[in-house]
Amino acid sequence: MTGKITYDAVVKATVNTIKEAETLLPDDVIKALETAKENESSDVARSQIEAILKNIEIAGNNSIPLCQDTGILIFYVEIGRDLHIDFDLKGAILEATRIATQQVPLRPNAVDPLSRSNSNDNTGEGLPDIKYDFVEGKQLKITVAPKGAGSENMSVLKMMNPTELKSIDDFIVETVLNAGGRPCPPVIVGVGIGGSFDKAARLAKSSLLRTVNDMNDEEKTILARINSLGIGPMGLGGDTTALAVHLNTSHCHTASLPVAINIQCWANRHASVILGGKE
Amino acid sequence: MEYHLNTPLKKEDVKQLDAGDIVYLTGTVLTARDEAHARILEMYEEGLELPFELEGAAIYHCGPLMQQIEGKWSVVAAGPTTSDRMSKMTPNLLKHFNVRALVGKGGMNNVAESLKGKCVYLAYTGGCAALAAGSIKNVPQVHWLDLGMPEAVWELEVVEFGPLIVGIDTKGNDLFTSIKEKARESFSKK
Repeated sequence: MTGKITYDAVVKATVNTIKEAETLLPDDVIKALETAKENESSDVARSQIEAILKNIEIAGNNSIPLCQDTGILIFYVEIGRDLHIDFDLKGAILEATRIATQQVPLRPNAVDPLSRSNSNDNTGEGLPDIKYDFVEGKQLKITVAPKGAGSENMSVLKMMNPTELKSIDDFIVETVLNAGGRPCPPVIVGVGIGGSFDKAARLAKSSLLRTVNDMNDEEKTILARINSLGIGPMGLGGDTTALAVHLNTSHCHTASLPVAINIQCWANRHASVILGGKE
Repeated sequence: MEYHLNTPLKKEDVKQLDAGDIVYLTGTVLTARDEAHARILEMYEEGLELPFELEGAAIYHCGPLMQQIEGKWSVVAAGPTTSDRMSKMTPNLLKHFNVRALVGKGGMNNVAESLKGKCVYLAYTGGCAALAAGSIKNVPQVHWLDLGMPEAVWELEVVEFGPLIVGIDTKGNDLFTSIKEKARESFSKK
């Protein structure tokens, strides 16, 4: 798309991107699930992954959400420094969320935290969660990652002591163990190490956007430890408890070692759209 | 073993099942999550009659994504939700009502004892909402819509809903707990 970016163009593109994220899984996630199915030694585990792959196919063919928990919407917005945005960008994303709730449709998940009353349109105070970043160029990139509660509820943050560096691995493996079958394994384990209390959590969450198989040796070692637990798909036993471990780091205070673990179910949903002129 | 069962379920239907067996359900399932469980128990305490029948019922831990077109509700996507959130309320529920099957995902904590001799826990593959929707043929009724779409009680007519894996049987065997205990042992050895 070229030319001036308008409010309407953002609304339209965002609705389409929400629909894509909710109904189609990224290819790298599907490939990882297919590989897991081939490698599983347990019949029950294989049956669970087969059901997942069949579900992905049905959702894609019929353009319906992969999971009834269409999540809360997390947006990552990258704004090119040369862009001039003379309209309410946040308003456009909110409007797209309301339209997508009707059109995709999405389950209305946003409630007041205390009264638990449902807004019925997936918006509310602080929702959807929108993170903005400035980048080079004149493009606007909008990424949406719907996050379901089953896996989100199993996430943990710990302010570790700097001398506990060696037990980070144990903390990650034990968190996945404690979660068991609840977060819909095989999971993707997003870990944020460093930063601050809140930054560690943000690092953990954004690491879920990485390509599943993009792992270094350290990440692969932790993954192997997790999979040796035998929890398996849906906690019914098997070789595949996790598809990936992603560690994202940031510098932190010399007296701190924040470690956040954000668990993601197998439905690692996310999609992006780019608006605006080429570089 | 593979079983094809119809609702309402009889005690004998579920007592024959062993952990690890596969079940397909036909008939009616009632969705109920956190808020619905709480309201059922509240109404029981107050001596009020429920607007739906729990005798022989299959409760589905599910907050479906529904669509209303010209006044008629239909299912868009309806996979299971995390059953463990209902763990604390379940023994009380089973004490007062003859629910015969709980369908959900991820297993439950400390409920095997209260299921003994009367009810089974059946696991459906989490996240497979589009797949599940295919076996839901009709939505006869909805109750307590004031709780919001996910928390309301939806009556869903299902045909050959499954495969469901018996996670906890009526003899106290709990597949999830034994797998987790083994995992904990293997973790502790490191």
